[in-house]
Formats: sequence, C-alpha cells, structure tokens
Amino acid sequence: MASVTIRDVRKSYGAVEVMHGVSVDIDEGEFVVLVGPSGCGKSTLLRMLAGLEHITAGQILIGDKVVNDLPPKERDIAMVFQNYALYPHLTVAENMGFSLKLKGVSRHEIEQKVTPAAEILGLAHLLDRYPRQLSGGQRQRVAMGRAIVRDPQVFLFDEPLSNLDAKLRVTMRTEIKNLHHRLQTTTVYVTHDQIEAMTMADKIVVMHDGRVEQIGAPLELYDRPANLFVAGFIGSPAMNMIAGRIEGGAFVSEGGQRLPLPPGAHAGSGKLIYGARPEAITLGGDIPLTILVTEPTGAETHVVGQLGGTQVTCVFRERLTAGPGEIVNVAIDAAAVHLFDAESGVRLSN
Amino acid sequence: MPDQPASRPSLWRRIAESRNGLGFLFMLPAAVFLLCFLTYPLGLGVWLGFTDTRIGRPGEFIGLENYQWLNDDPVFWLSVFNTLFYTTIASVLKFGLGLWLALLLNRHLPAKNFFRAIILLPWVVPTVLSALAFWWIFDSQFSIISWLLMKWGLISQPINFLGDPWTARWSVIAANVWRGIPFVAISLLAGLQTIPQSLNEAAAIDGATPWQRFTKVTLPLLTPIIAVVMTFSVLFTFTDFQLIYVLTRGGPVNATHLMATLSFQRAIPGGQLGEGAAIAVAMIPFLLAAILFSFFGLQRRKWQQGAD
Ligand SMILES: Nc1ncnc2c1ncn2[C@@H]1O[C@H](COP(=O)(O)OP(=O)(O)OP(=O)(O)O)[C@@H](O)[C@H]1O
Ligand SMILES: [Mg+2]
Repeated sequence: MASVTIRDVRKSYGAVEVMHGVSVDIDEGEFVVLVGPSGCGKSTLLRMLAGLEHITAGQILIGDKVVNDLPPKERDIAMVFQNYALYPHLTVAENMGFSLKLKGVSRHEIEQKVTPAAEILGLAHLLDRYPRQLSGGQRQRVAMGRAIVRDPQVFLFDEPLSNLDAKLRVTMRTEIKNLHHRLQTTTVYVTHDQIEAMTMADKIVVMHDGRVEQIGAPLELYDRPANLFVAGFIGSPAMNMIAGRIEGGAFVSEGGQRLPLPPGAHAGSGKLIYGARPEAITLGGDIPLTILVTEPTGAETHVVGQLGGTQVTCVFRERLTAGPGEIVNVAIDAAAVHLFDAESGVRLSN
Repeated sequence: MPDQPASRPSLWRRIAESRNGLGFLFMLPAAVFLLCFLTYPLGLGVWLGFTDTRIGRPGEFIGLENYQWLNDDPVFWLSVFNTLFYTTIASVLKFGLGLWLALLLNRHLPAKNFFRAIILLPWVVPTVLSALAFWWIFDSQFSIISWLLMKWGLISQPINFLGDPWTARWSVIAANVWRGIPFVAISLLAGLQTIPQSLNEAAAIDGATPWQRFTKVTLPLLTPIIAVVMTFSVLFTFTDFQLIYVLTRGGPVNATHLMATLSFQRAIPGGQLGEGAAIAVAMIPFLLAAILFSFFGLQRRKWQQGAD
C-alpha cells in the first residue's frame, strides 16, 4: 500500500498537449475513481501512472518516491486492462502466477499464492483452462486475480467492466468493492460511467479535456458540484439547467417563470444558470409543468416536461395519472438548488 | 426384408440423393483436375525412375537398377549432403535474420513503410536477375567484396568465391539467404502485428525484462506462424534450382550440386531421363519428412482458438 501523488502532470503527443496540468493526491488505501467523457485523458493519466507512457512534465510519486523515470516493473503496481490482456498461451493459473514466475519464485510458493486468490475470485475450478475457454466475466476475474497475486502497492483499473453486460457489471462492481475492503490496497479506477464512479469511489476525480474539474467524495460532488460540467456529468438523470437572472429576490427564467432561490443567494447581476436535480422537483406547489413524456419505472415516475420555457426531467415518487399535454403544478426544493455563473460555469457560493 | 425391385430407384437417383454420392459428384471436377495436372506428372516421374529412358529413346522397366546405381554414385551422395547442408544453414540463417528484421520493423521507426517496402525488394526481383547480380558480386576478378577487402588491406588477392568448394557453398547460401529473407521477415512481421500491444504492456507491468517479454510472450504467440513460414521456407530451399544453376551449375567439382540441379543435369543435358527422375524421386522422402514435421508443428496449440 502506498499513497500516490500526481503533481501538475502534463502530456503532449508531438505538439499537441492533451493533459494540461493535472494534480491529484491519493491517500494510502484509498479507492479513487477517474471519471470523465471519452477522450478526456483518463487512460493517458493511468498509463503514465503505470509507466507505459512518458510524462511530459510534472511529477508522479508512489509512496514518497518520484517514479517519473522508473520502468513499469520497478513501480510495483498492477494493472487491469480494458481488454484484460490475458496471455492466451498460458492457463488461468499460469496467467495469475506469471509475475511471480518472472521473479523466480518457486513453483510451490506460486501455487500457495495463486490458490487463495483464485478462491477469493471463484476461479478455483478454472485454473487449468486457457483464456479462450472462459466467459467475459471469468476473464475479467482472471485479470483481477493476476493483479491480486502480485500484492502490489497500487491497483490500476482501466474501464474493467465496460465489456460486460449490465447485470454482470453490477455484480463485478460489488466484487471489486469487496475486494478493496478486504485488501485495502490503494486503487485508481478509470471509468466513463458516473454511476460506477458514484457507487465505488472513496474519492472521485472528474476530468474534462485534460483538466481536473473537481475532486471530492461522491456525495460531495453530487451536492456541491463546483461547476456546470460536474453538475451535468454527475447524477442520472442529469441535473436540469435553467437559464435566467435574479430579479426582485427570485430567479426569473428566460421564459419568465419565477423560481425560488436557495437561502443565502445574493442578487447577482449577470446571467445565471439555475440547477435543480430531477428529484428536487416535487408534485404540489405553484410552478406549472407541461408534461411531454412520462416514463413510469414502477418505484418512480420519470417525467419530461416544459418548465419556464426549458425542458426539464423530474423524478416523482408518486405515480402520475396526468398524461402528455397536461399541466401539473410542481414545487422546487430551494435548499437543493445550485446557482452557476452562465459565462464561466463556476458555482456561486451558497 | 421384402425385396421390391419395382420401386427401387435407379442407380443415378440413389447417387444423386445420397449425401456421400452427391459429395463425390461435386468433388469430381477438382479430382479430375488434380489427377491430370498434379498426379499424372508425378506418376510419370516416378515411373521414369524405374526405367532406362533416354532422350529420344523410350525406356524399359529396369526395376531398382537406377537406385542401385545412385547408391554407388559418390556424386549423388555429395549432392544429398550439399542439399541438407544448404537447406539447414540457409533456413536457420533466414529464420534468425528474418525474425530480427521483423522485430525491427515492428517498432515505431521513422519512415516505417518505406523500410517495409525496401525489404520486399530481393523477393520481387526475378531470381535469375538476382542470381546474375550475385554472380558478378562473386566474380573471381571483379568481385566488389574482394575489391573492398583488398582496399582495406584485409586480404592481398581476390577471393575465388565460386572456385573453391567451401567458399562456393557459403556463397550460394549467402545468395539464397538474401533472397529468402523478405518472405520470412514480412510473414513474421504480419504475425507480430496480430499480437496485441497490451500483452507486452501487461508483461512489462508484471515485471518482465524486454528479453523475457520476447521469450515468454512474443515468441510463444508467434510459434504457429513460425511453423507455417519455416515449412514453406524449408521446402523452397530444399528444392532450389535457379540460383545454383545460374551461379555455379553445381560446380566447382560438384561441390554445390543440389539434388534438384543434379537431377536436371543428368536428365536433360545428360540425356539420362530415367536416372534424373530417380534422383528427383529420391528427394521425396526428405520432403515428406519435412511435411510430416510441419504437420505436427502446425497442429493447433491447445491455447489457440478452435483447437477442440
Ligand atoms: N498515441 C496518441 N497520439 C496522439 N494523441 C493521443 C494518443 N493517445 C491518446 N491521445 C489523445 O489523448 C486524449 C486522451 O486520450 P485517452 O485515451 O486518455 O482518453 P480517455 O479519457 O481514456 O477516453 P476513453 O474513455 O474513450 O477511453 C485524446 O484526445 C486522444 O486523442
Ligand atoms: Mg480510455
């Protein structure tokens, strides 16, 4: 176990800079998730951590050692690749014991390490199979087994669940989380799925276009997104954003609808974005919502409608009898409202 | 079982309706083609080996006399030795150098495609042309190699490349290797490119040195391709004819005669068709051995897709 420090790391491919100074502090034993849209540089950052990619500028420390110029084998990290990268010519047991074999560990000792790891992952009966004889989920587990057997300082995962079906993904999510509880190894986990990030992380790093947008605990990001990007990225369905300005103690949308302001919001002059999460909008109240689509999911009803000239999504606990075209009155929980500057996208303190 | 001759379908119907019969019918054209163009010449060759046919004179069946004669013929045995020596050394060199080149070309070089195209050159040049070029390079008076070595003061007189048995053997091997490398290198390069980069990265993270990555990941994954490529390479080399014929015609004093060139020389210029055919037929056991070897080499490894 070790802490990881990323200090103002930059990465250029030729003349193109794709990473513009990223800094992240990861504590010992922490489970950190890097999340962001495709192409934002998550894999690149992970590969720089692993030593597979040269670091153009800045520093990466594992423990208190600068690893910038260390080859992967000297960093004592283990990585699970998106395509698993299992050695096709080796059996499951050989795949898992490969790193130990390279170190010259005796056969007996390798077996002593592989067997318990295989048992943890439910692979004990598959040890003699070749990767091609395994299902996707089993391959994924072998890839994790290979990492566990190493007992490394840091685990790196690059979208390990993206090739699995939805159900298996949920199962594996729990398994990875359990594993982390058990081993307490510092983990950096890359995903573009914000639900995965929310459910697994001790700390989330939201990235966008080679920059860090915000770092924080999952609920912290949910409750106090630092800017419009994070507000829109975290949470599903996404936060509703209504453009407008503050006039006379209330927020007035561009469509002329007055909306309640969060406590402590001071009257700004410029254009603002009013952010309300779908569940902050409840039935009953005096704000008219024209229903466009209703999607009953059983426990909740998702409603897409027009509110103050903007399309919004609401999640109601109640079952709704009203259909498309009808108008229902809703209220907005003012305490859960976020205000952002429309120009810079930055959150206005409240 | 009641016999019902009246309702028995015609032979034709029964063939047309049975699975095997129909299969046989469909294979017939290919079978005829194979019989005419592959088996007939082969059969004729084998038959000639049992006769004393000469050019312009139909021969008679003489049993194994040709083979007995060959068995006592030191030139024949020399050609067997030459062929084995030539094939072994040239194949090993082609494999080693070809693999090395393939590994180089598989890295991120500037102007990679240019180099890949250049590599193919020796292969696309007609054999006769490259043989002529080597003939000039190996010339006893005007050899560029001798000239250079002399200029550097390493030797005092030109090397007689094709005039001395052993230098001649090594010279023709050099020419064959030069010509055969592109095939090996490009084929192995294609094989290398099917190995995902992430496997090498995984191995690097698992703590493998570059050499271990090569021996424990790259090479095992390349073995199926190596088996195919080297089988072909060995067969081509074993049956080589053009290079030798242009460069040395089997000389000096038969030192570079391969079985193929000896067979041709006895049969056509020498006129002893029967004896030439017998020499050619004597190549068959060696070739079969090579094919058998590759058959086992080519078998799907347990880890390969579709092995069961
Ligand atoms: N070898 C390369 N050469 C040039 N540009 C590259 C290279 N590799 C990545 N990039 C660029 O770097 C940026 C970040 O890529 P990266 O693979 O880290 O994205 P990502 O966040 O992992 O996306 P995804 O979720 O799709 O995997 C992208 O804009 C990409 O085009
Ligand atoms: Mg990626």
